[in-house]
Amino acid sequence: MTEPLVYELSSPGRIGVALPELDVDPATLPPSLLREDLPLPELSESDVVRHFLRLSQMNFAVDKGFYPLGSCTMKYNPKVNEDAARLPGFAFVHPFQDPETAQGCLALMHQLQVWLCEISGMAAVSLQPSAGAQGELTGVLIIRAYHRARGESDRRRMLIPNSAHGTNPASVAMAGMEAVEVPSDRRGNVDLEALHTLCDGTVAGLMLTNPNTLGLFEENILDVAEAVHSCGGLLYGDGANLNALLGVVRPGDLGFDLMHFNLHKTFSTPHGGGGPGSGPVGVSEKLADFLPAPVVKILEEGGEEEPPLFGLATPDKSIGRMRAFHGNFGILVRAYVYIRMLGAVGLRRVSENAVLNANYLWSLLKDTYTIPYARNCMHEFVAEGRFADAPGIGATDIAKRLIDYGMHPPTVMFPLIVHDALMIEPTETESKQMLDAFADAMKKIAAEARTNPEILHEAPHDAPVGRLDEVRAAKQPVLTRRS
Amino acid sequence: MPFIPNTDAERKEMLRAVGVKKIDDLFADVPQANRFPRLDLPEPASEPEVMAEMRYLAEANSQAQASACFLGAGAYHHFIPAAVDHILQRGEFYTAYTPYQPEVSQGTLQSIFEFQTLIAALTGMEVANASHYDGATAAAEAAILALQQSRGRHRVVMSPVLHPHYRQTVHTYLQGAGVNFTGDETPENYAAFQTRSRVKYLAKCVDESTALVIVQYPSFIGEIEDLTPLAEIAHTAGALLAVVANPIALGLLKSPGEMGADIVLGEGQPLGIPLSYGGPYLGFFATRQSLLHKMSGRIAGETVDAQGRRGYVLTLAAREQHIKRERASSNICTNQALMALAASVYLSLMGNFGLRRVSELCYHHASYAAERLARIPGFQIVSRYPFFHEFVLRCPKSVSEINRHLLDQHEIIGGYDLGQDYPFLANHMLLAFTEMNSRDQIDALFDALSEEAL
Repeated sequence: MTEPLVYELSSPGRIGVALPELDVDPATLPPSLLREDLPLPELSESDVVRHFLRLSQMNFAVDKGFYPLGSCTMKYNPKVNEDAARLPGFAFVHPFQDPETAQGCLALMHQLQVWLCEISGMAAVSLQPSAGAQGELTGVLIIRAYHRARGESDRRRMLIPNSAHGTNPASVAMAGMEAVEVPSDRRGNVDLEALHTLCDGTVAGLMLTNPNTLGLFEENILDVAEAVHSCGGLLYGDGANLNALLGVVRPGDLGFDLMHFNLHKTFSTPHGGGGPGSGPVGVSEKLADFLPAPVVKILEEGGEEEPPLFGLATPDKSIGRMRAFHGNFGILVRAYVYIRMLGAVGLRRVSENAVLNANYLWSLLKDTYTIPYARNCMHEFVAEGRFADAPGIGATDIAKRLIDYGMHPPTVMFPLIVHDALMIEPTETESKQMLDAFADAMKKIAAEARTNPEILHEAPHDAPVGRLDEVRAAKQPVLTRRS
Repeated sequence: MPFIPNTDAERKEMLRAVGVKKIDDLFADVPQANRFPRLDLPEPASEPEVMAEMRYLAEANSQAQASACFLGAGAYHHFIPAAVDHILQRGEFYTAYTPYQPEVSQGTLQSIFEFQTLIAALTGMEVANASHYDGATAAAEAAILALQQSRGRHRVVMSPVLHPHYRQTVHTYLQGAGVNFTGDETPENYAAFQTRSRVKYLAKCVDESTALVIVQYPSFIGEIEDLTPLAEIAHTAGALLAVVANPIALGLLKSPGEMGADIVLGEGQPLGIPLSYGGPYLGFFATRQSLLHKMSGRIAGETVDAQGRRGYVLTLAAREQHIKRERASSNICTNQALMALAASVYLSLMGNFGLRRVSELCYHHASYAAERLARIPGFQIVSRYPFFHEFVLRCPKSVSEINRHLLDQHEIIGGYDLGQDYPFLANHMLLAFTEMNSRDQIDALFDALSEEAL
């Protein structure tokens, strides 16, 4: 099944939209500045709708089925979120309107800041960062600014466990600092001895994902925090895996000084095929002045009948602005709706079930797949996608074969510290029946790996296309339509 | 719980399989003193209750569908064909993630490939990526690219009429990179502003330490100039030229690629994306083939499967953070896929004819408005011809006073107060005109402003 490119469907002179006629006298155009050629396709509205609908049908998605992509928290995205974000009073508000004419937006943002503080134990939140990776960069810049404000600009080394996402060291490098890797111990925790050796006066902080990418809660978290703080560093929390901790523990209570949230993971906003997301950053009291601008503040307290007056403010020592305007507001609306519907009880129920689902799946698969670091996991776990008696079969083969069983593969080949990693995160929005079906498929694939390895190597068989030649794509890049 | 399917009975069965007595036992690794805090959050609400609350909040805002909106300054109220949002609401698009498994992500991947093709065509460049967070972060990524490419150059020249938020974002991103900036210092007075907002002045800022010149087209105050001379001067000095372009203007105006730009980027919001109080928007980014391997961000490429069928994959991943970690060209690991899809659907619907029409309506509406508003005593157009769809209007009193009058008395959302960014431009308003501002609306603005005449 292939679909022509939109340009290949073009027919000169075809029109896809009814636009107003010119209703004023035309002005003189600057002739030297006009373009001669505008190479856009020409289609009717029905051509366009059919084309993109057919493209949509070539995608797998949460709305279609099980999507256990580890560390991405592919939970169900409630439809009410979408309706709320599309209300005209949100969708058509201009970001530069006088704040007095956007009090509904600002009230919502302020409330979300307060809720995220409550959930995380942080003192202040900026909703500006556009995604998790941008939240990280924001956090690293805050850490840098904090040390510089204290006259300690030689703190340039950021400690990062070897299980961390690649964005952590990349964010550190962007901020002009140095990433230093910390090894993990045999239980999957930060190696405390190594950490103590690394902690000195050059350390800016430690970036920690907890639960980490193995799906394990850092058993020595209080000792880790103590080690980093006692050398003058700050503890940064990568909130990628916060879905395990809602109402379970607040990172701020464990000694985290700042963290980012992924609203598109934990708080049910859709992933959109790779974005838009939203990566708010929360900080402790001493870092609040460094937050990126703007944050939403109460300018005048309200009375019994009067709501407060909200406004946008720039913190005193702000690191600056991370992007234009105030953040991905449409995503904030969705996260607000989610928290409002679930409340404290519901959020704790989310994490309990996310963790239960992962442990249940782990119990179903642990006799079929090698699961290093065998202890109770949190919201996800990592299995090895290889078998001693089926040489030649790797995590990628198992992943591709899962597609034939109608399920999205887990994250593969990450984290790097597990051989042929299959990182499985079921989330709380899947039922026991779905987990049973997934475990059955995984067991069948394990059997096929021994009896019929070719069927794995050649998978997927029923997808719109078979395995694609990625080497060719990179060696002879074709990145736009050849005309 | 509507989004959690497990029943109590099922939970019990699952706990038995795991080998623990109760759910709390699964959290034994969490320090006991901190476990299960009481969260001070509102009680759970039903769906109708929440929607009522959301409507209440939404109705507290003024908005561009209920009022005539003349506010632009980087975000614009354009017509969005109904088909755009209907496509966006396909669950197959919006509930998928980054296309890590290309065999089941061909819809997203092909739509990114089409987006890249459309953006390259519009900007007059050879290659484009899958998008950045917004126009401002795309500008910051252009600066990072140029600094890496130039190996040792440390100066970035920015126009003072580059959008203030873009300039601030570039400064934020590069605060640890030891970069010198020229050009964007706030001019001390109006005369200096007039001089420095011209391309000729920027050209003088370029020296042998300059890695990149960033200029906006049309400028933040709506003016359009030929950038060809600037491109030549930048290239002679060994620097790159990045142009922050308005994509609607490119329906009518010469593409920056044609004028010699090395990078063309901008805010894609005008291409079918609602204002939504500032986001989510879409940063587009296009460049020359020769700079491809330095460009950050996701890129889709064409290839074939084992049977020779055409297909698409994410490619050139060797630039990216999950491979290179601290040596990556950027930490970005997503794009604005759904917003890029909106832009692709929009451009496909508009086509050659439609985009040109929208662009012409913007241009002629702004010209008509300028001609009318200039006649009101006490008001003066200060942007120089030619301007595209925005211009600066000097007012006889403060912009906030005028805007309050427009909104309270006439249901009109007025212009942007330039005094916020340029102190000597107090009482100067930046007004924007699109195809949504009919002649009637512009005449109503004329009448309303006439009440404020001297």
